[in-house]
Amino acid sequence: MLVMIGRRLLSMVLIMLIISAVLFAIFETDKLNVAGKVLGPYSSQTQREIWLEKNGYNEPVVERYFAWLGVVPNFEGAYAGILQGDFGDSIEKKVPVSEYLWPRLANTGILAGLTFAFMIPIALFLGVIAGMREGSALDRGASIFSVLTTSVPEFAMATFLAVIFAYSPSPDAWYRLPSTSSFINGFAWNELILPVAVLVIYDMGYVARMTRASMAEVMQSNYIRTAILKGVPFRTVIWRHALRNALIAPFTVIVLQLNWLLSGVIVVEVFFEYKGFGKMLYDAAVFQDIYVIEACTLVAVAVAVLSQLISDIGYTYLNPRIRFT
Amino acid sequence: MSEATLQTREAPFITRLFTFRETRAAMAWSIGLYALAAIASGLGAPLFVQAIACAALVFFALNALWSVRESSIAVIGLALVLFWVLLATAAPLLPLRDPTAVSPAFKGLSEVLQIKTLLTYAPDMKLTEAQSALLEKPTWFGYSYEGETYTLGIDHKGRDILSRLIWGAQRVLVWASLATATAYIVGMLFGVMAGYLGGWVDEVISFVANIMLSFPVMVLYIIIITQLGASGVNVIIAVTFASAPGIMRIVRGLVLDLKTRDYIAAAQTRGESAWYIMLFELLPNARGPLIVDACLRLGYTTIAIATLGFLGLGLPPPEPDWGSMLAEARAKGATFHHMIIIPAAALSSLILGFNLMADGLREISLRD
Repeated sequence: MLVMIGRRLLSMVLIMLIISAVLFAIFETDKLNVAGKVLGPYSSQTQREIWLEKNGYNEPVVERYFAWLGVVPNFEGAYAGILQGDFGDSIEKKVPVSEYLWPRLANTGILAGLTFAFMIPIALFLGVIAGMREGSALDRGASIFSVLTTSVPEFAMATFLAVIFAYSPSPDAWYRLPSTSSFINGFAWNELILPVAVLVIYDMGYVARMTRASMAEVMQSNYIRTAILKGVPFRTVIWRHALRNALIAPFTVIVLQLNWLLSGVIVVEVFFEYKGFGKMLYDAAVFQDIYVIEACTLVAVAVAVLSQLISDIGYTYLNPRIRFT
Repeated sequence: MSEATLQTREAPFITRLFTFRETRAAMAWSIGLYALAAIASGLGAPLFVQAIACAALVFFALNALWSVRESSIAVIGLALVLFWVLLATAAPLLPLRDPTAVSPAFKGLSEVLQIKTLLTYAPDMKLTEAQSALLEKPTWFGYSYEGETYTLGIDHKGRDILSRLIWGAQRVLVWASLATATAYIVGMLFGVMAGYLGGWVDEVISFVANIMLSFPVMVLYIIIITQLGASGVNVIIAVTFASAPGIMRIVRGLVLDLKTRDYIAAAQTRGESAWYIMLFELLPNARGPLIVDACLRLGYTTIAIATLGFLGLGLPPPEPDWGSMLAEARAKGATFHHMIIIPAAALSSLILGFNLMADGLREISLRD
């Protein structure tokens, strides 16, 4: 198992290295373009050249890449790269990227954490009751419900919820919720409800379907039939025998869901003006704030790759049948 | 079962003319034909060509609906999709207003808005007769301004929402199918190569696919579109980058399974070239699961294109697409909900159609 983890870690590092190289190639090989982005469209050619000289952009590209990565000293002789947590300065905000990347990530962490906290129990419950008796009315109902929720894209669901809970109720209605979540007047729980609800509703369906498929498969297995035939109460069969085996597959799906959540988070954060990581990436991409784009993309990919690794390791750990292969 | 019920299960004559032996073939045909028709009308083919395409489409739609009749989910899904497809294809033939024409009709709504704002500050305010008459007039279905009636109302610039919705359906469907088709061609090509040739080709293709799959999809879309600029072709490129690796993995898995069949060995013994075997022996036999996957992916691509439109990174304005319709009208949507609810509902119904269709087809193919 250790060999497996080691190999996965190695490939993860390799993937991150390649992606960082691709990002660097896209955004920073054309150095005049970089200077233009930093100094603005009205800067003159000489200004740009002076800036390039001053910031060490006239070194060879390969050297610049490794300095940017932080494995060799940069033109000032210091190790200041991504590995040291130095992503450069934001062009739009004029502050170091790392200074506002981490709080933003923490905000998104709150959103994602709450989403998982609500989504997992609901999805597992739906999936288990649907898969328990395949083909029953309960099963059909739960399946149709999950198809319905996955068919409404995040921003459409956000629109529906915003109209129902934020735009149409009269100002003093008890169920009225704020339509933006930018925390202008400090942190407020009620501003989190709509974004979390949108993410929960959208992501729930997929996990529920996977749980249902896994549960239905387990319910058809011989050991469940044996348990039922030897007279074990149905309740005990479900809790003791079926659930344990049926929840292995959804575990990996839930962890991999992080990758999807990162996509959904961008849309939801833009819709509700939530000051999180997704909004940061979107704003940076629209403004062409290259250092922020690089930092955000690397973080997003790191999270995605890490979740892949965790799901693989978790699956091997939970499922003894594939542990030593 | 009585004789009468048996008779009603007989296909209508016009449908029997073209009944396919296989459900999936009928689906593939109608999707392909629709794509051609939609693209033809999107590219501005002459009116009679579009009319013929529409007629053929209705014909195939009936046929397709008949061929999936054993699964009620598939019928509902297909009906939803066909509803939008028919509207989209018939768009040039329908008596619709110009979807991009800005009209002064919004003035009427802004008067309503004014009165409503006043009322929130002074709820006891006495309204004049003209004002209360204005408040009672519909602002949504059947909104009228200066003698012109707008069936689904108008948006923030006074443009006709019904017309924008239908033309938007065309735009969304055309680009979604073009993008999905491109992603499929690329993904299938690499998948069949990776699966059949194996060795280092497989290693390289799988590794590159792994790298692309480790991007969260939306991040990939945003980076590609902001670097290349927002246009239809770039949306296709972005969708291809995001979906082709997944398609490649599915095809590779299918090919690894099919490779061991006797007819492949026979083709190899005949001395057929690797490309012939890949394109004419392997791919056609892998089509079953791929059609189900294509339905799902059409749904995903539609979501992606609409979401990009919502983020302002999709197909360029002023021609309508559902995502940007919603995004543009958001500020006014807080008061006039129909401006944002209509495109959101239309989009959701189309995607629901694709998803139900995929579910139903899977059900049917499991039964076979």
